[in-house]
This record gives sequence, C-alpha cells and structure tokens, in this order.
Amino acid sequence: MSEATAAPPTAGEPTGRSFRSLITALELDTRLLGMIGALAVIWVFFHVVSNGNFITPRNLWNLSVQSSSIAIMATGMVLIIVSRNIDLSVGSMLGFVGYTMAMIQVEWLPKALGVSYHEPYVWILALLIGIGIGALCGAIQGFLVAYGGVPAFIVTLGGLLVWRGLIFRFAQGQTLAPLNEYFQLLGGGPKGAMGDIGSWIIGLIACAGIAYTLWAGRRRRRRYGFPVRPLWAEAIIGGAGCVAILAAVSVANSYLWPPQLAENAGFATPPPTGVAYPVLIMLGVGLVMTYVATRRRFGRYVYAIGGNPDAAELGGINVRRTIMGTFVLMGVLVAVSAAVQTARLNAAVTNLGVQNELDVISAAVIGGTSFAGGIGTIPGAILGAVVMQSLRSGMLLLNVDSPTQDVVVGCVLVAAVGFDSWVRRRGS
Amino acid sequence: MSMQPTQSTELEQAGAQPFLPATETPRLPEASPPPPAPRRAGDAAPLVEMRDMYVAFGGVHAVDGVSVDLYPGEVVGLVGGNGAGKSTLIRCLSGAHPADSGQIFINGQQAEIRNPRDAKALGIETIYQTLALADNIDAAGNVFLGRELRTRVGSLDDAAMESATRNVMGRLNPRFKNFKTAVKSLSGGQRQSVAIARAVHFNAKILIMDEPTAALGPAETAQVRDLVMQLKAEGIGIYLISHDIHDVYDLSDRISVMLQGKLVGTVDKNAVTKDEVLAMIIMGKQPGEVSQKELAELHA
Repeated sequence: MSEATAAPPTAGEPTGRSFRSLITALELDTRLLGMIGALAVIWVFFHVVSNGNFITPRNLWNLSVQSSSIAIMATGMVLIIVSRNIDLSVGSMLGFVGYTMAMIQVEWLPKALGVSYHEPYVWILALLIGIGIGALCGAIQGFLVAYGGVPAFIVTLGGLLVWRGLIFRFAQGQTLAPLNEYFQLLGGGPKGAMGDIGSWIIGLIACAGIAYTLWAGRRRRRRYGFPVRPLWAEAIIGGAGCVAILAAVSVANSYLWPPQLAENAGFATPPPTGVAYPVLIMLGVGLVMTYVATRRRFGRYVYAIGGNPDAAELGGINVRRTIMGTFVLMGVLVAVSAAVQTARLNAAVTNLGVQNELDVISAAVIGGTSFAGGIGTIPGAILGAVVMQSLRSGMLLLNVDSPTQDVVVGCVLVAAVGFDSWVRRRGS
Repeated sequence: MSMQPTQSTELEQAGAQPFLPATETPRLPEASPPPPAPRRAGDAAPLVEMRDMYVAFGGVHAVDGVSVDLYPGEVVGLVGGNGAGKSTLIRCLSGAHPADSGQIFINGQQAEIRNPRDAKALGIETIYQTLALADNIDAAGNVFLGRELRTRVGSLDDAAMESATRNVMGRLNPRFKNFKTAVKSLSGGQRQSVAIARAVHFNAKILIMDEPTAALGPAETAQVRDLVMQLKAEGIGIYLISHDIHDVYDLSDRISVMLQGKLVGTVDKNAVTKDEVLAMIIMGKQPGEVSQKELAELHA
C-alpha cells in the first residue's frame, strides 16, 4: 500500500455509491460484521431445520445464559493469545475456584463466623475470596511464564493437571450442595434475572451510553480539528445499536417464567423473565475488558507485545509485568465464570469446567484472535462464544448426539480460522 | 551510482580480513589524538562519553574496551564491517543491551543505563535498524509507545496523541496521511518516518541512528540527510551508524571506526580521505600507517 490508497479522509461527504463506501463511512469493523452475518445464517438455518424452534424467546434466552460463562473467560483469553501466550488451565482452574467458593460458603464461613450459610453477606465474601484465589492462581502461572521463562503452553498444561488434581484431593468425590440462595442468582434461571422493568431500565441506560460515547468521541475529534464521521453515519450507528439493545431486551422480556415455577412462587400469571444476571455480568465484563483493551495503557501494551515483542521492550514497556498482568486478569475472569457456573448448577462438583479451556480458546479464535499475536477483539470473542453455543444448542434441538456435535464444532473451528486467514492473505 | 564499485570492493576485502589483525602490530589504544572537530566555545564537556566498554557474548568479545564520545551539535559516524561491534556498542547507550563493564557519562555525569527507559529519561533516543515498530498499531500509537498521553481518568488520549503525531509528521514527511491504519500496511519510507518521528518528538538531546537509510529510496534518503543536518543545527548530538561510507563521510564531523570489537580510531572527517577511512575499516590501519600501495589495492 502506498500514498495512492491513502485517500484523504472522506468524512463529511456521503458518497453512498456502494455498500463498501457505506461501510467505510461508518468506520465499521468488517470482520465483526461478517461474524454477525455468519451468526444470523446459523440461527436461520437451525430455525428452518428445527421447524421454527430455534429463534424463540425461550431458546434465545437459554442461549444467552449458556454462552455467558464461556464468553466471560474468552475476553481474558483474547489478551493472553494477543500477547502470544496461551492458557490451557482455565477449565481446571474454574473447577478449582468454583469448588473453593462453594466450600467457603457452605462450610468454612458458617463455621468460622458461626452463622448460617443463608446469610446474604456470605455469598459476597465467598465471591470476593474466590476472585482473590483466581487472581492468585493466575499470578502464579503468570509469574512462571513472565519471570520464570517457562513457555505458557507448558505452565498452563501443568496448571490443567494441578488444579484439577487439587479439586479431587480436596473434594474426595463429594458434591457440595445446595449453595447460598443469593449466590444461586448469579447462575441465572427465572429468579436470577432482572424482570421486565429492570431490563428496560438497563436497556435504556445502555442506549444512553451509546449516544454519549458517540457524542464524546465526536467532540474530542472536533476539538483537535480531525475529520469526523458524517452525522447521518453517527445516526445509523447509534440507531442500529439502540435498536439491537432494545430488541434483545424485548426478546428477554417475552420469555415468561415456566407456569409451574410461577405458581409455586405465588404469581397468578407467569411474569416476564428479562435479562439474566449472568448475561448482565457477561455484558459488564465485555464492556470493562473492551475499555481495558482499547483505552488503557495495559491493553495497548498487550497489543504492542503481540505485534512486536522487541519493539515493545525497546519502547520501554515492562513486558514481563504486562504478561503477568494478562494471566492475573484471566484468573479473575475464571473466578467470575466459576461463580456463574457453580451458581447455575447450585452445586460444586469435581468435574466442573472440564474441557472449558477448549471452548474458551475456540471462542476467542472464532472471534478473530490470531495465534500469530497482536490481533483480536473482545466483542469478537464474545460473538465467538455465542456462535459456538448456537451450534451446540441448535444441534441439541435436532437431537444430534454429543460425539457428532464435537465433530461438527471441531470442523467449524478449523474452517472458520482457515477462511479467516485466507481472507487476510488476500487482503494484504 | 558511483558508490557501487567501492562497496563491492569493501565486501570482497572484508571477506579476507580475518587474517589481518593477527599480523597487525600492537598499537596504543586511543592512538588518534583528540579530534579538533569544529566545536563551539562553551562545549567543554562531551554530551556522551563511553569509557572502556566491554560486551561479550559467550566467549566472543563483541565490544572490547571501546571508548568514544559525542559533543552537542555534532554528528559522529560509527563505521565498521558486519560484526565489527558498532551496533552492540550503541545498544549499551540505548539501553537495549547493558554493557558488561565500562562507564557512560552523560553531560559529564556518570549514568547507569540498564534498560531503554533509563536511556530515554536521559534524553537518548534511538532509531533502530529494524525500526522497532509494533506493526499492528497505528502511527500515533507507535510514536508514543511506552509514553502514552492519558486523560485525567487515565485513559489513553488517542486524539491528543494523533494531534501531536500529525504535527511532528507535518515537519518530517508532509505527505504522510495514514494516521488510522496499522503501520504494517505503510511503505518502507513511511514506516521510517514513524520511527524517526518517535525519536524526534520527545526532544532528544542525543540521537542514535542505526542504518537510517538502509531501506530507503534516493528521495527518502535525501530527506533523512536533511533531517540530520537540521537536528545537528538544533544542537542535538547524533551517532550515525552505517555501512555506507559515503553517507557517513558526507554527514559526520568525526568518524569512529571499529574492527572486530575494538576501536581502530576516531578521526576528524576533514583530516582524512574516504580511502583512508576505508583502510581503517578493512585493515584496521591508522591514516598515517597506510601506504599508497595499500590504498591502491583497496580499489583493485
């Protein structure tokens, strides 16, 4: 590429000649658009093949809850892979942290404080301690990778065995249940959701957030006299974002409590469920992680290290501390996911999170994260998790057995990455 | 281009050179007298003084007891064949690879440079031969890499960084327009502009340019030459490392020659001919020691 392609910024004059120039004016991420398109194709396909059972409020609501745990971890995996590392231990670590969190609220805290495990603060303490343990597990692995010079593949392969082994030693085959009833809400289910009014409020706040972000960005660029997007482009982006959010809220709200459960809870008619808490957590994590990845020094350094480790070092970046940071962050996210999964099961079991590392890595990679380093986005990884879960849940609807599901998901993973690198090669 | 024949001679000769130092007569270190380079009256203390620098890789002495200095507003060319140790020496100054022993004085004060951050804090900026750019990040991100501007809440202030980058680029390469794309998709000259912008934006006092024109076309090379003269006029001290004796000879005030990790000598550019410098590079001989016959052989 040279000066020829470096056309002066055309913002301000909507050419609108073709779809491509529209995309350029909107400054959209074409890769992300492609993924949304692929997801739409998958949904429509399953909807048609399953005789209209896929795109229903109930199924989409379940899909959102089932995707959230993997999506939360995938946001951290993006930063790990972007900085040219890998974390194979997240599934085992999730099991370990989840079991510990359950143990803390069911046995240790009630014993130590002499209270019942029903107390509301018990779950908060358990969650905070669990996040601390996750961060510590991540820090140990991160330290060995960054300062010990052991390849991340090896350290986390060891971690995969160690954390899982520790659960078995510690649990001796026991399942811990039930859990604190407030803690259970983190896992979703009709009770663990916002309800209709809460969901609308969240939706409106999100719309206001989009409007503010667009306005603030525009004002900033104006202040420096940079070209800005034409107003109609801002309106399309903001409008599309708000419509998508409100549509999602209305879908979540049109999924009603199961009649039996509503009756037991004393409702005359089943109330709307609304957005589930784990989905809310996932969206919150996604926002924070996007901010960290794109707007903070730490994120910038992670990408710089992935792009050129030598340049990062020569630029004065503390590469080791940054790498260690990515693993600590991963540990925290694993703990959050562990809370969601344990809460959802309302039990701690020894095989919690088995093979989750594969789903998490697949989600990140399907979402456009490159093993060559330096490339990958948080929204992409979240979409990747939704794509994976859509495939699984669609095949479940069609009564495809689990081994066949694995075959399909495996093929899709390889095909997606193959297609992606083909597009990239052609593009450069 | 007229430099082609000389360069090929240099390469051929360089192939035969390992035998030369063995037969070389021992000479005093720092044999060359302190250079009478054009210097302003107030500049008593050198900007940079490196004394007795040693760097070894395994058993190989990449830099073996080298002492060089640099004055404000001066360009010192650092030349030598491949593996002569010039890049390694300069990496001690830029913090990329700390020396095993030796002392560095900046403005007469002893400085400890353990990493690139230390060097930058002392006003030492480096343009690496490899450019050291993060390919996946845009121009402003690279210019400010490791020194990002931030807003009050600690977010990256991308608009401010882009604005500053546009300013410095306006001076270096006014045709540069690709502020939004990753530097991977820029041309060689544009990438070089980004690397140079990074070095000059932070008000460097000492600038190290490692093969700054190696990847450039004639027009861009001329641009870099203009820039060197401009920065020199601003009082910046510049170390210019190059394979290209012509570049160095044209731009430098003094020339330090290295051979096999040792300093052959530092000479005033105006007191020597290109051939004499070439003789230092290839044979390790001082301008006075080399015979007319040997000089003639350089072109054989």
